[in-house]
Amino acid sequence: MTTRIVELRRGILKKNDELAAGLRASYAAAGVLVLNLVSSPGTGKTAFLERTLSELRRKGARVAALVGDLETDNDARRLAASGAPVRQINTHGICHLDAEMIGKHLEGWPEVALGGVALSGLDYLFIENVGNLVCPSSYDLGEKIRVALLSVTEGEDKPLKYPTLFNSADAAVITKMDIAEPCSFDRELALKNINEIRPGIRIFETSAKTGAGMVEWLEYLAEQRKRR
Amino acid sequence: MHELSLVTSIVDTVTETLADHPGARVREVRLRVGALASVIPESLEFCWGIVSEGTPLEGSRLVVDVLPVVVHCERCGQDATLDGVQSFRCPRCNELCGEIRQGRELEIDSIEIDEPEEGA
Repeated sequence: MTTRIVELRRGILKKNDELAAGLRASYAAAGVLVLNLVSSPGTGKTAFLERTLSELRRKGARVAALVGDLETDNDARRLAASGAPVRQINTHGICHLDAEMIGKHLEGWPEVALGGVALSGLDYLFIENVGNLVCPSSYDLGEKIRVALLSVTEGEDKPLKYPTLFNSADAAVITKMDIAEPCSFDRELALKNINEIRPGIRIFETSAKTGAGMVEWLEYLAEQRKRR
Repeated sequence: MHELSLVTSIVDTVTETLADHPGARVREVRLRVGALASVIPESLEFCWGIVSEGTPLEGSRLVVDVLPVVVHCERCGQDATLDGVQSFRCPRCNELCGEIRQGRELEIDSIEIDEPEEGA
């Protein structure tokens, strides 16, 4: 017997990364801007997305959404009320979405294909991840923009408690700003904490209820789509 | 996070690699895990024995090298190693640093194997 060391230097999530790279290429070919929305359960991802989908559709944009949950299609039904095509992904216990699930659910989706080309009928595709601030940060879904959401009820130190997720985000959205005052939300501190973990990140202060911050958010989306 | 599925993926990858090394037994698997990877080395080790049982990796040692976060400081023009993941400020000049040079790794670095002598 001889003992030797074999260098592997292989990503543990290489399979997911390869699938995500394939998705990224197909999103680019279809000309669709893809966003991955990540937060704790209860932050208000679905309400924020309902408003986003409705407002984008009102502006004439072609939008669709994939939504991940362990069980139920409640969120898909809520989002579909906007009129946008929506597909629910039930992970049955898995705490995050991965590239394989996305690929499977994009297959044969006639409502978002144009001339038989997958996703080519879309300007924006939103992926609402499973509510979890830990695991989704490791799984690339091929998205262009990862959005970390935080509500005013969660505590200003959430970014410090979950630095991996906030550090991997491209944009941050604070939700439920309409109840910031009764929650004694310390806005300055929250902004500072987000910036400590992800310096220079764009932060949107929003309310799905009142529509606060949506103008800036929609402008950002349009800018990002142009920059694609 | 989902250490069990990570360990399963590691065992699968190493088992595939062993196809090029017939008759080999694995002594050690070495990982590189960044401080920002949200992975707990103890949880990986806990799953290791269970998942590797009955595979060519059974009885092998899992070694996890945790890599600290390294940022690039624009103001200093140099890289800097951070003590933790609570603040991304340059330890020299206190500037916030957005560019991560190390800390997100989640990879199998190498394996140590016992191979039968060639021609034996």
